[in-house]
Amino acid sequence: MSEFIRIDNLKVHYPIRSGFFNRVTDQVKAVDDVSLVFEEGKTYGLVGESGSGKSTIGKAIIGLEKITSGNIYYEGEEVSKQARNRRSEYRRNVQMIFQDALSSFNPKRRISDILTEPMRNFTNWTPEEERRRSIELLEIVGLTEEALNKYPHEFSGGQRQRIGVARAVAINPKLVIADEPVSALDLSVQAQVLNFMKRIQDEYNISYLFISHDLGVVKHMCDELAIMYRGRFTEYGTRHDIYEEPQHIYTRRLLSAIPQIDPNNREEHKLARLRVEKEYQQNADKYYSEEGRVYDLKEISSTHKVALKDVASLTEGSVR
Amino acid sequence: MENNKILLEVKDLHTGFRIKDSYFDAVDGISFTLSKNEKLAIVGESGCGKSTLATSIVGLHNRLNTRITGEIIYNNENLVEYDETKYNQIRGNDLGMIFQDPLASLNPLMTIEDQIDEALFYHTKLNKKQRQERVLELLDQVGIANPVRMAAQYPHELSGGMRQRVIIAIALACKPPIIIADEPTTALDVTIQAQILDLLNDIQDETESGIILITHDLGVVAETADRVAVMYAGQFVEIAPVELLFNNPKHPYTRSLLRSIPQSNEMVDEDSGELHVIQGVVPPLTRMPRTGCRFAARIPWIPADAHEENPTLHEVEPGHWVRCTCHEHFHFEEEGN
Repeated sequence: MSEFIRIDNLKVHYPIRSGFFNRVTDQVKAVDDVSLVFEEGKTYGLVGESGSGKSTIGKAIIGLEKITSGNIYYEGEEVSKQARNRRSEYRRNVQMIFQDALSSFNPKRRISDILTEPMRNFTNWTPEEERRRSIELLEIVGLTEEALNKYPHEFSGGQRQRIGVARAVAINPKLVIADEPVSALDLSVQAQVLNFMKRIQDEYNISYLFISHDLGVVKHMCDELAIMYRGRFTEYGTRHDIYEEPQHIYTRRLLSAIPQIDPNNREEHKLARLRVEKEYQQNADKYYSEEGRVYDLKEISSTHKVALKDVASLTEGSVR
Repeated sequence: MENNKILLEVKDLHTGFRIKDSYFDAVDGISFTLSKNEKLAIVGESGCGKSTLATSIVGLHNRLNTRITGEIIYNNENLVEYDETKYNQIRGNDLGMIFQDPLASLNPLMTIEDQIDEALFYHTKLNKKQRQERVLELLDQVGIANPVRMAAQYPHELSGGMRQRVIIAIALACKPPIIIADEPTTALDVTIQAQILDLLNDIQDETESGIILITHDLGVVAETADRVAVMYAGQFVEIAPVELLFNNPKHPYTRSLLRSIPQSNEMVDEDSGELHVIQGVVPPLTRMPRTGCRFAARIPWIPADAHEENPTLHEVEPGHWVRCTCHEHFHFEEEGN
C-alpha cells in the first residue's frame, strides 16, 4: 500500500515562563520526537493515559497546534513550514472528528449548513449537488433527509457524533483524525458509531488516526498502533505485536490494568497485574533513562518497534 | 456469603421528577437488599436512573421537585421519611459517598486535612488532637505515601487519582457500614482505576462494609462486584451473582450489552467484524411506557406475546432474577429462528 503522509521527528514543546521578565525557564515536552507513516486505507491507533500527548499529535498534524520542530510530508511535499492555507490539498485531505460533537458544531446553524461547509470550502458544486451529497452522507451514517433542517441540539449524543463523522468525510479526505470519538458515548451507541466508521472506511478507502485511551476500542478498530508515555512512543506495532507480544513494561502495565469481562478468573488477573506492577517498579531503569525519558524506538521485527536502551536487554529478561 | 447480615433494604422505590406539574418516575419500582461485606454493582447506560437511585438513597435529591415513595430501610427506620436534619446525622456517619468527579466534590479553599476533619468534627466526639491523628491514619489507609505533607495541601495540587483517594478517605472517616460509590473511577486512567478498585477491595476486607458500586463499565463490574443488578429505563431487568450474570446472561438487554463490547481479550488475528448494535433509543422520561416490557420496542422481531403484560422479576435459578418472560423466546435478529 502506498504511503501518503509521513511525519518525521515531530516535536511540540510548550514554554514555561516564570521569574523576572517572564523569561522561558523550562519546557513541557508534550510531543517529543515522534515519527509516523500513514498508508491509505489503514487505521492507526494512538493510545496513552491522559496527558501523554496523544491529542497534541492529532492537533499538530491537522495544524491546530504549532509545531516546534519536525516535518510533515504530504505526497512527498513538505507541508508543515509553509502556511497551510485554507484551500491547500493538504487541508482538504486531512479532516478531524472531535470527542465532544456538540461543541464542534455551530449551534445556530442547521445540519445542512454544517455538512455543506467543507464542500463550499473545497469544491465548486452547485447547491443541488451539495444537497445530494449531504443526503448521501446522512444515509451512510444511518440518518434520514429530515435531519438536514434540524439543529445540532435536536439530536442525541450518538446521532451528533455520526453527523460529526459525516462532516469529516464530506469531501472524501484521505486521512481522518478521530480524537476520542466514542469516549463520551454509551456502549450500544458506541458500537453503532464504530460500525459506521468502519463501513465508511471500506467504502472510501480512508485512513484513520484513532486517538483513544480505551484499549478495547482501539483493538477493535486499528491495524497498527502506538503506545504513548509522556510525549514519546514506548511501543509501535501491529495489533498482534502490541496485544499478543507486548515488550515494553509500560505497554504491559497498561494492558494488565484493563478490566477483563471474565469474573471466573478474577484473582489470576489481579495477580498478573500486581506482578507486572512490581516489575515496573523494579526494572524501570531498563526502560526509562535517568530523567524518566522513554528511549528511542528500536526495531525488533519488521513491524514491531520498542523503546529500549538496547535490543540486547530484551532477550536477557524477556519474561512475559 | 456466610455473613448474610442485611444492612440496607430497598422496597419498591419510586423516584419521580416533576415536569409540568406531573411526576414522572425515573426510578420505577426498585427493590434490593445490601448485605454486610457485599459489593453490589448497579450497571446501566446513561439516563437509566442509576445515579437518581443513589441520590435517593442518600437523600441528596432536590426536595422541591422530586417525589420519593417506597421504603429504604436502614436500622429499622425508613429513610424516605427522613428530613434534612435527620439525614445530616446519618450521611457521612452511616452512609459514605464517593462521587465521580473528585475535584467538584472537594472544596478548593480548604486543605485536605480540614476536609476530612469536617466529617469527624460533625459525627464523632474526638478532640482536635485525636481527629488529627485519625486524618493521618485515613490518608495512610488509602495509600498516600506522605500523609503529613498531603494533609496541608489543597485539592488543585493533587493529581486525579490522589484526589479520588482523598474522597475515599472522607467517605471512610466515620467507618460507615454502607458506602455508595457513583462512578468512582470513570474519570481516571486505567492504571489508576485498577489501584482505586484494589483500594476499595482492601478497605472492604478491613471494614466489612457493604458497597453499592454504580457504573456503566461492565469490565469494572466483572472485576470487582459480588452481585450485579442491570438497570434499564428505571427498572432492574436482571439481578444475579457476578459469575452467573456473565456466564449465563438471560435478559435480552444484558445479552445485547455484553455483545456490543469491543473486547480486548478476543483473539486479535480473527477479523473483527461489526459490533452488535441495539436498535432504537430509550424513550424520554415523559414518554416512557408505564405498562408492558420496556425493552420490547428495541427487539421488534420478538413477537409481542412473548412479553408479559406487567413484567415482574422471575427467579430463573437460585439468586438469579430476570424481568419479563421475553428472555425465554429471545434470539438475536441475525440468528433468525
